[in-house]
Amino acid sequence: MLIDHPLLGLRDSSEFIYRGDAKLLYRPNWKSKNSKTKFIDYGYLRKNPAGVHKELWYHEQGDRSWLVVTRNTVTHEILKVELARDTKGKLK
Amino acid sequence: MRNSSHPITNKQKLSFTFNGKKYFGYKGDTLASALIANNVKIVGRSFKYHRPRGIFSAGSEEPNALVELGDGPYKEPNTRATNIELFDGLESSSQNFLGSVNFDFMAINDLLKNFIGAGFYYKTFMWPRRFWEKLYEPIIRRAAGLGKLSLQADPSQYDKGYLHCDFLIIGSGISGLMSALLLAETGGEVLIVEEDFILGGRLNAETSVINGNQSSVWIGQAVKKLKSLKNVRILKRTTVFAAFDHGIFAAIEKKTDHIVEKSSKPRQINWKIYTKLCILASGAIERSIVFPQNDRPGIMLAGSVRTYANRFGAYYGQKIAIYTNNDDGWRTADDLKNMGLEINAVIDTRKEIEALSSSIPSYLGQTITKTYGRKGIKAIKLSSGSKLNVDCLAVSGGWSSNIHLTCHKRGKPVWDDNFKNFLSGGNGQKDKIIPVGAARGVFEIQNIISDTNRVILSLIKKICLSMPNRITLSCSKEQYRCALDLVSSSDPSNSFIDLQNDVTQKDIELSFKEGFKSVEHLKRYSTLGMATDQGKTSNILGLASMAKLKGTNISEVGTTIFRPPYVPVAISAFAGRSRGKDFRPTRLTPSHNAASKRNAVFVETGNWLRAQWFPEKGEKFWRQSVDREVIQTRNSVGICDVTTLGKIDIQGKDCSEFLNFVYTNAFAKLPINRVRYGLMLREDGVAYDDGTTARLGENHFIMTTTTANAPLVLRNLEFVRQCLLPNLDVHLISTTDSWAQYSVAGPNSRRLLQKFVDKPTDITNENFPFMACRELTICGGIMARLFRISFSGELAYEIAVPTQYGNALFDALLSEGQEFNAVPYGTEALGVMRIEKGHPAGNEINGQTTAQNLGLSRMISKKADSIGNILSERESFNGPNIATLSGFKPVQHSQKLEAGSHLISEGKKPTMENDEGWLSSVAFSPTLGHYIGLGFIERGGDRIGERVFAVNLLQNKITEVEIVSPHFIDPEGIKQRG
Amino acid sequence: MKYSGFKVLWEGLKGNTGWKPLWRNPDPKKNYEIIIVGGGGHGLATAYYLAEKFKITNIAVVEKGWLGSGNIGRNTTIIRSNYLLPQNQPFYEFSLKLWENLEQELNYNSMVSQRGVLNIFHSDSQRDAFVRRGNAMLMSGADASLLGVDALKKLVPFLDFQNSRFPIKGGLWQPRGGTVRHDAVAWGYAKEADSRGVDIIENCEVTNFLIKNGRCYGVETTKGVIKSKKVGVCVAGSSSQVMGKIGINLPVESHVLQAFVSEGLKPVIPGVITFGAGHFYVSQSNKGGLVFGGDIDGYNSYAQRGNLPVIEDVCEGGVALMPMIGRARLLRTWGGIMDMSMDGSPIIDRTKIRNLYFNGGWCYGGFKATPASGFCYAHLLATDKPHNDAKDFLFNRFERGGLIDEKGQGNQPNLH
Repeated sequence: MLIDHPLLGLRDSSEFIYRGDAKLLYRPNWKSKNSKTKFIDYGYLRKNPAGVHKELWYHEQGDRSWLVVTRNTVTHEILKVELARDTKGKLK
Repeated sequence: MRNSSHPITNKQKLSFTFNGKKYFGYKGDTLASALIANNVKIVGRSFKYHRPRGIFSAGSEEPNALVELGDGPYKEPNTRATNIELFDGLESSSQNFLGSVNFDFMAINDLLKNFIGAGFYYKTFMWPRRFWEKLYEPIIRRAAGLGKLSLQADPSQYDKGYLHCDFLIIGSGISGLMSALLLAETGGEVLIVEEDFILGGRLNAETSVINGNQSSVWIGQAVKKLKSLKNVRILKRTTVFAAFDHGIFAAIEKKTDHIVEKSSKPRQINWKIYTKLCILASGAIERSIVFPQNDRPGIMLAGSVRTYANRFGAYYGQKIAIYTNNDDGWRTADDLKNMGLEINAVIDTRKEIEALSSSIPSYLGQTITKTYGRKGIKAIKLSSGSKLNVDCLAVSGGWSSNIHLTCHKRGKPVWDDNFKNFLSGGNGQKDKIIPVGAARGVFEIQNIISDTNRVILSLIKKICLSMPNRITLSCSKEQYRCALDLVSSSDPSNSFIDLQNDVTQKDIELSFKEGFKSVEHLKRYSTLGMATDQGKTSNILGLASMAKLKGTNISEVGTTIFRPPYVPVAISAFAGRSRGKDFRPTRLTPSHNAASKRNAVFVETGNWLRAQWFPEKGEKFWRQSVDREVIQTRNSVGICDVTTLGKIDIQGKDCSEFLNFVYTNAFAKLPINRVRYGLMLREDGVAYDDGTTARLGENHFIMTTTTANAPLVLRNLEFVRQCLLPNLDVHLISTTDSWAQYSVAGPNSRRLLQKFVDKPTDITNENFPFMACRELTICGGIMARLFRISFSGELAYEIAVPTQYGNALFDALLSEGQEFNAVPYGTEALGVMRIEKGHPAGNEINGQTTAQNLGLSRMISKKADSIGNILSERESFNGPNIATLSGFKPVQHSQKLEAGSHLISEGKKPTMENDEGWLSSVAFSPTLGHYIGLGFIERGGDRIGERVFAVNLLQNKITEVEIVSPHFIDPEGIKQRG
Repeated sequence: MKYSGFKVLWEGLKGNTGWKPLWRNPDPKKNYEIIIVGGGGHGLATAYYLAEKFKITNIAVVEKGWLGSGNIGRNTTIIRSNYLLPQNQPFYEFSLKLWENLEQELNYNSMVSQRGVLNIFHSDSQRDAFVRRGNAMLMSGADASLLGVDALKKLVPFLDFQNSRFPIKGGLWQPRGGTVRHDAVAWGYAKEADSRGVDIIENCEVTNFLIKNGRCYGVETTKGVIKSKKVGVCVAGSSSQVMGKIGINLPVESHVLQAFVSEGLKPVIPGVITFGAGHFYVSQSNKGGLVFGGDIDGYNSYAQRGNLPVIEDVCEGGVALMPMIGRARLLRTWGGIMDMSMDGSPIIDRTKIRNLYFNGGWCYGGFKATPASGFCYAHLLATDKPHNDAKDFLFNRFERGGLIDEKGQGNQPNLH
């Protein structure tokens, strides 16, 4: 696969480490109510779609960016690539 | 036989051997064409029934003619004779027989066909139960397989290469060359890849006329033009064998396979091709027809008979018959006749057509019902009853577009009823594979020319490049009509479908009868299409046969899909240079040379090579060296390279907040020039890594990690920095390779280091106490960092200098240390001393143990959020019965302990239910004079003094041990603070 | 139909005219006692054990595609019980014992071939971990032995003992491990389940579950509504898709695992060999092909195909461990969808919907578990209580923290 790194352009996926569901960006607040349940959901439960999936890739053999890649898990087509810290920033 | 007027006979004469006999061929031959020219008919034996088989095709689709090449470690089994470029001195032999290829004792299987048809083994060999491994399976395995491995290491070298282009063109036939000419004009980078050792593809096998000349003239012009262009590259002898995501293709180039000298040059190159678009000009593959005894040597694909005659001037015999269901079979007849060969008959299954040649005896609407000649075809019998003597039967069941690569991304082929052919499922642009020519189901040359123009020009238009002119070629007109008469109706057990796997019409019928009707079941049950040719010539026959049984058509039956690779590829070619000692990179520590000079024995630690111990003269056994290193260190001073520990430089105004979050314990209040031990959890609350972190400035920390986790910790820190806390001002960089770091341990370590530290820095206990750190200079101005930390429990330091000074510093510490009897120590002594001190390491922090297990639950601060904090509170992590890190010593001091032993209370049987824990690390302690161990046992902290059994059933040892504190020496830490 | 050597001979003489389909092709009835969703190895085994051991035969197995089209037909065929953790090892040993009698029980030769499974180790700490594991195996009643380099040189002389980057220091050997002809397992279970009255319904996709008041009472399928008292889902890589229909998120990610086979070669490799310093394991089939594999590709995928980096990684491991396979050629690669769970271990449990049960999360290790998984799932479906050897394979272990993490990799499915 090729990942269109927002800073570096197309890079072979073998340069990256895969982490999975981009929901990992949204770690629960440890002080919130039911924080344990929320952390269990955060840590363990996944939607795991057959189709479009937002997921985290880390450019370990590169610039060490964490990326949010929007990819189809059936065709492997990549629809969008963003820097994780940008998507996170947008939410704030 | 060889046509003596064929141009190939003007080329260099080559000698080669087959089954020990010497033959001659010409440069430009394949092994197959040379064997045909020499009239060698039996080339191999089939997989199951060991029937004699000859050359069947002229390309990668060959099911029969598999030979072994070379000798000794160069031996290469299962090589298709049709793909081997002949060279002088080539050695080849048949395979898969017992006796000789002409008299194969295993051919007895052929007589047992009725009993050993598809799936017979599922129904028997079950009694008595024990006989399977002892009797039945060994017999089956003796018969299994095709060629033999040499059992020696592959001596050849293989390279990998990367190619980037805009247009990858697979195949250099007329549609491939046309595509290249058109696309080259756009200015884009064009890569043409051709499997053969000559360009031109199918044109080389035909007598087609282009622009009034033999097609070779046009090929020559086209190639010359392409070679003159800077943006075109041509690879011959290269097969694109797999298609991957996003326009990545893999191709294998044969570099020296056709050269007799086994040079030091790479044998093959495995290319990774990155392309924007792929033009698939891979042509078509002819299929056979199912009829009784259709596998005899001398029965060949008609198009291949034509190839051998036209391209190589090679043919079998003088009495040739053609058996066809389509117009192309007639073309073979014409070509051979024009060469002066005698064509006995054209048998066409189609009744309603008129004979396409008036001068050849034709039998329309007839089928072949029998053939004769076990070791080479002698005669055929027609449905009309007439018997014809022949010595070669050319069969054409029509052509199948070669769409293997379009299946690699699971594109399902679709049936084209017009040409009775499966076409690319057409994932369209997303697939980036665009078939042209015969691969697109266009079979007549005049149509290939116009269609290729159309497809490529509309492609260029679509991607908005400047439009080239269409290519105008005049050519001979062809006609191709095809019927789907593929299946025989008589003698199904002798009518072969998959030649290599010996799948017969009868096997398809049996599969049908037993309910294996879906194509996937059919494939798995009958083994249809699972041989080394992946059923390139045969799958469709099986599908046609199943369709007939089901009373439906092929499009209803559907098809299985081809899997990568297109042709089998040597496993070595994927490994490339990553083998032997180069399997993985080797990282050397900065003191590697100095350690080698001192005869160090090295050990692999991940990719690192570390000194394990330093044997001295007279020491015969590793323990002697290790015990000495430990004692000398504890008595005076020892030096160990600890560079491999991960070092991460952390800077920024929020780094203490950051550290508070990644470690369980707080770092914000750590004073400058102080070090603190930190524990990291994973988010699931399990212990992950530990190490010390030093504060060099208000906004500057140096974290150390374990050797194994160095890259992983950095990855996780980056995750926290970019994904969880992106608003913090923190910067990270790994400095593991930048600093050489040595542990200097033992009561004399301070005195030794004082000789190095530049004035006025003072490292006395008062001014540089335990857990102090400082940036300083040594040896008159060399930048260094000094940490007063101890893994051994001794008064100890770690000193770091820029890597380039590492080797010299190691030498200097030892030479300056001579007055103290300083000793270099390796990872073994390091391990012994950390077990004596009770420090957990990789065997204890193994990804399964928690802070609670390690007795470190106090370190999880509940004042602030940290990774793993919440989930470490889960019930199974806590509670009174969890296993905790404890020390163990044998009750009988003379007894040895073994790591991996399980702990069982007295009087209990060693079963899983009674399992209370395990020994994780053991060592002989030269300090204490007996074995000691660290391990985990339920309620360990409460059971000090209790005796249990360390059970090692694997080595039949049971040792009584006493549970003790994990801190075997100096539990109060007096020494390290001294 | 009963198979035997005699029958094969008799049919051979008669021209093989008397063979019958292994299973019927029934239309679904309106009602069943139990519906198993998924006609793969585990689903068919579950149906068989429900019928054979728990005497429940009014069962439908509904399968989206063709029977055995999932991982039972695309794995590397290894069976073994060489686990470390007490929650796992007894279960896999139970499975191995079921394998040992499977062919006789099913009257179908799936070629359970106990030619041994060898795990090579390359360092002292790896050895320590294998000793601990070997002892766990012995304590669970399995077999294991620790082999030194000399023993390995006799058993597998073709390994690279001379020039390897990571020296071979020994191996953990389980003689009772081995390989099985994978497709035949599905066919054998199907045949015997069918003969006990189980309806196996192929090409029948479950499109939804029928749920009322928190209870499941059947399924909607492409062949219509089918009702039942209980529904057991058993769909491996499709687990999230199927359970997602009723909004249940699982602790599972679907990943692609590639498998590889070489051209047929005269047999040289005994049993199964696993490299300890790279990602590679290999056995040789009874047709002569080297069957090998390595790591999963590492990204979520439902594509049933992989990419080049893993092919290279696996072949590097193979040539590093046994350089004599270098000139053998890779013939085919294919991929399966692995239901990678969050701790690397499976789930056989009830769900929060009553009468709806779940079996999944087998990662890439489901094949060897097939008999025990079927047996334990049947036990749960029939009695509503977990089988003793699968009592820890529950959803609530993530909540409680009772993780079953053989590799110690944490909640990161692609690392298990």
